Amino acid sequence: MSYDVQKIRADFPVLAEVINGKPLVYLDSANSSQKPLAVINAMSNFMSHEYSPTNRSAYSMAAHATDLYEGARAKVAKFINAPHAHEVVFTKNATEALNLLARAWGSANLNKGDVVLLTHMEHHANIVPWQMLAAERGFTIRWVPLTSDGLLDLSELDTLLTGAKAFSFTAMSNVLGTINPVGELVAAAHKHGAIAIVDGCQSVPHMPTDVQAWDADFLAFSSHKMVGPTGIGMLWGRESLLDAMPPFLGGGNMIADVKLDGFTCAELPAKYEAGTQPIIEAIGLSAAVDYLTALGMQNIRQHEIDITKYALDTLTSRFGDDIVIHGSRDVSVRGATLSFAYRDVHPHDVSQVLDQTNVCVRAGHHCAKPLMRLLGSNATVRASFYLYNTNQEVDALCDALSAAGDFFTL
Amino acid sequence: MPGLEDLYREIILDHYKSPRNRGSLEPPAVRAEGHNPLCGDEIEVFIAVEDDKVSDIKISGQGCSISQSSASMMSAAVKGKPIADVRALISRFKHMMSIEEDGEPDTSAPLGDLEALTGVVKFPVRIKCAVLSWNTLAEALDIAAE
Repeated sequence: MSYDVQKIRADFPVLAEVINGKPLVYLDSANSSQKPLAVINAMSNFMSHEYSPTNRSAYSMAAHATDLYEGARAKVAKFINAPHAHEVVFTKNATEALNLLARAWGSANLNKGDVVLLTHMEHHANIVPWQMLAAERGFTIRWVPLTSDGLLDLSELDTLLTGAKAFSFTAMSNVLGTINPVGELVAAAHKHGAIAIVDGCQSVPHMPTDVQAWDADFLAFSSHKMVGPTGIGMLWGRESLLDAMPPFLGGGNMIADVKLDGFTCAELPAKYEAGTQPIIEAIGLSAAVDYLTALGMQNIRQHEIDITKYALDTLTSRFGDDIVIHGSRDVSVRGATLSFAYRDVHPHDVSQVLDQTNVCVRAGHHCAKPLMRLLGSNATVRASFYLYNTNQEVDALCDALSAAGDFFTL
Repeated sequence: MPGLEDLYREIILDHYKSPRNRGSLEPPAVRAEGHNPLCGDEIEVFIAVEDDKVSDIKISGQGCSISQSSASMMSAAVKGKPIADVRALISRFKHMMSIEEDGEPDTSAPLGDLEALTGVVKFPVRIKCAVLSWNTLAEALDIAAE
């Protein structure tokens, strides 16, 4: 079956919005994706007809809601090829998943003299939780540097990993679009006795994910970037590691028993799911996984390779030296996220002019300030494409950039 | 929807392209820095205070046309002015940007060229850009008063 992007666009009501007589050109999916009707309807239908709390009550509606909630977990597990559904923990978002990991695994394993290895292309969510813990525990953070074309510089990886207990890295940069060789990085970490933590926020929505093929230990990702709702993220972890870690948040649902002198933890995954969970969001996420699975992750990846090629070629041919696109030109190692500088127009001003024709891009530091400092700027324009974007929208971006150039020309 | 010409008035673009009072001052001049965590803009404001006046001011840092032109216009407006007048102007400017503060805004301070930034209010996400240098100046004045 061929990939019919117009048919896909019809599934996303917001993409039909017309603002001030002009269509919406949504190029900010690396920030958060739009939602298909299947997700909207699943959540609405659940609230309208089936809503009930999960895991606690004996009536049949509660049992049904629990089945749906646990069904979402099973679908997510299958989507990333996790060995067991109970290895998938629902969190508030991917940021909370990484904080859970740093706090629970880190506090049990990291002390003075230990080393955690990160990379220069991490999102703040995979930097700050480790820095917070390092300030308490006194362990050291090391960094994998980048090459000039925005790939990880792995030439000193063995040295950097020597003595490391954890290597936490993104599968795909949210600024450069760089897709990292996850399996290779995991193998290097394991060779040195370090666990491998993958930030999959930018990769999981855009390409097939197989945690077993990677041999990874943990994977954090979010629902709202993969056509699901906000308010729910995921941490997958190896069962043995999740079992060995202390809990993160304490409260209801995460306990087996509570006495006046202490508590015992529930089994996985409830051990890490304190309090009432994002049930409605899990139902939406479940529909999102179904939607992506029906399209086929390999098909989505191919569509994004095609549109990235078109965008790189078109931006370069139309603007030449006026545009500097960060990251690799090789679409086999990059996703559909393009950060760039345009003439000497500040990204905020570029995005302001683009907004006149409803071209939605992100302007700023993209929550990756260490990387921005390496790029020598404090902001870029970022256009990010997803399964519903078209070549015509690349053209609309280019037309809007021309207008910005005209406006700010000296 | 307000048009670009509401935001980018000619005088704003002029200050953006030819910013006034760029540079830095050595101690005993006071230095304060401001960040806009949303967009990454950074600004440094240096002021020299003599006889209760802002005798000199320099601005450095990077930012968008609104933050840079606002800083440039601010520097031109406050250089050589008594501190009390400068504080009054800060209050007046923030009031123009719809930022409520305790107490009545001082509307006596003349805005001059700064009036051109009034269109920023129609673009709420850009208000932070326009006031970044003003908040940083207020901080520099506080440091100088210590």
